[in-house]
Amino acid sequence: MTSMLPSITFRARQRRGDFVLDVAFEGGPGLTALFGPSGAGKTAILNIIAGTQRPDAGLVVVCGRILTDTDAGIYLPPHKRRVGLVFQDAQLFPHLTVEQNIKFGRWFTRADNTAPPLDLVTSVLGIGHLLKRRPATLSGGEKQRVALARALLSAPRILLMDEPLSGLDDARRIEIMGLIERVRDEFKIPIIYVTHTRDEVRRLATRVVRLNAGRVEAIGKAGDLLVS
Amino acid sequence: MLGFSPDEWTAIFLSLRVATVATLVALPFAILAAYALARWRFPGKILLDGALHLPLVMPPVVTGYLLLLTFGKQGPAGKLLNDLFGFSFSFRWTGAALACGVMGFPLMLRAIRLSFDMIDRRLEAAAGTLGASPGWRFLLVTLPLALPGIVVGAILCFAKALGEFGATITFVSNIPGETQTIPSAIYSYIQVPGGDAQALRLTCVSIVIAMAALIVSEILNRRIHRKIAVFE
Repeated sequence: MTSMLPSITFRARQRRGDFVLDVAFEGGPGLTALFGPSGAGKTAILNIIAGTQRPDAGLVVVCGRILTDTDAGIYLPPHKRRVGLVFQDAQLFPHLTVEQNIKFGRWFTRADNTAPPLDLVTSVLGIGHLLKRRPATLSGGEKQRVALARALLSAPRILLMDEPLSGLDDARRIEIMGLIERVRDEFKIPIIYVTHTRDEVRRLATRVVRLNAGRVEAIGKAGDLLVS
Repeated sequence: MLGFSPDEWTAIFLSLRVATVATLVALPFAILAAYALARWRFPGKILLDGALHLPLVMPPVVTGYLLLLTFGKQGPAGKLLNDLFGFSFSFRWTGAALACGVMGFPLMLRAIRLSFDMIDRRLEAAAGTLGASPGWRFLLVTLPLALPGIVVGAILCFAKALGEFGATITFVSNIPGETQTIPSAIYSYIQVPGGDAQALRLTCVSIVIAMAALIVSEILNRRIHRKIAVFE
């Protein structure tokens, strides 16, 4: 279904004070990296896709489904978008166990059984032994793995990741990058990945959208763009 | 029993009943108002905020008098309730509970609002992207995380309701067995010669109940914090 369509069509214009975001791009299968310095508007793009921010004008289509279309007056609320968002600092629910956290989204999308099986997700991400723990007792890397599992189990049509490695040490970063590669290749869910780090782009990205000051500078393959 | 006269027991039980009912009835309103003040933007928000906190800063007698004017037999709301449901607050324990609830409301509101303010909004956003509608987000994320504040607020309101005097006596008077709570009873005993011992006994009861409420609140709060570990 998704092989013919772009996984995401994104177009948005938004003014917040002095900052103007004016961006258009398409994402294919695999991992599309939004790459650029802080203040480039990367996180704003994720928020617009997730529906937590409304653009002044724009169009967001994910796997053929219109999520936002300001011209047609379409704006799906976040809970109906089916986008899995992985935050920079995990944002696990502190009052729930790891198991309750990762089952949270699955419960709301239970009518749709496209979510990967729980056992598969926990074994790929290596969190089977953490299920009874509380988020406060997890390390940074463990939290990110749980956050990734939670997003995957909500049967997302697209996975959005907002600098998920930024708070981790080098060893953990390399470990989680390996897991993101497996998620990208085994679960076949398109991923939009926000980062300002070159080695993440080099290793993970199928395609790169390079952003600067709210605009697209270039779109292409990781190797080509990182050289220039 | 325990050296208390039947009249004193009546006052003690009535106080507990009035404070419990006042707290339980005020609680959902306080949660709603706290949520609205913490999260919604609407015209007149400052005015609403001020109005809800008025009982905290106005003389209790004024609050009691306003309740009398509104919910008394001749008051507009009082008349309406009486005509429609045959229900009256005047000179009844329910009126005492109303007065206590109104006086305790701002304390409860402040505690609950503070805990709503402290919740990281991105947790709610996370719940949203996982498919939870605003209602579910509130029930499964916001409310449990605000629980420490809700417990503290409820206990503060309860303690305030137990000690409330001015608004209650102005609104529903001081009728033994109906509206005479512990503070009104103490007041009555002080007025009569030889009532000092009784006044002192009830004073001790007030202190014990208030202290117990604060200790229970602290224990519950610690327990919830351990379970939630929100502020790691």
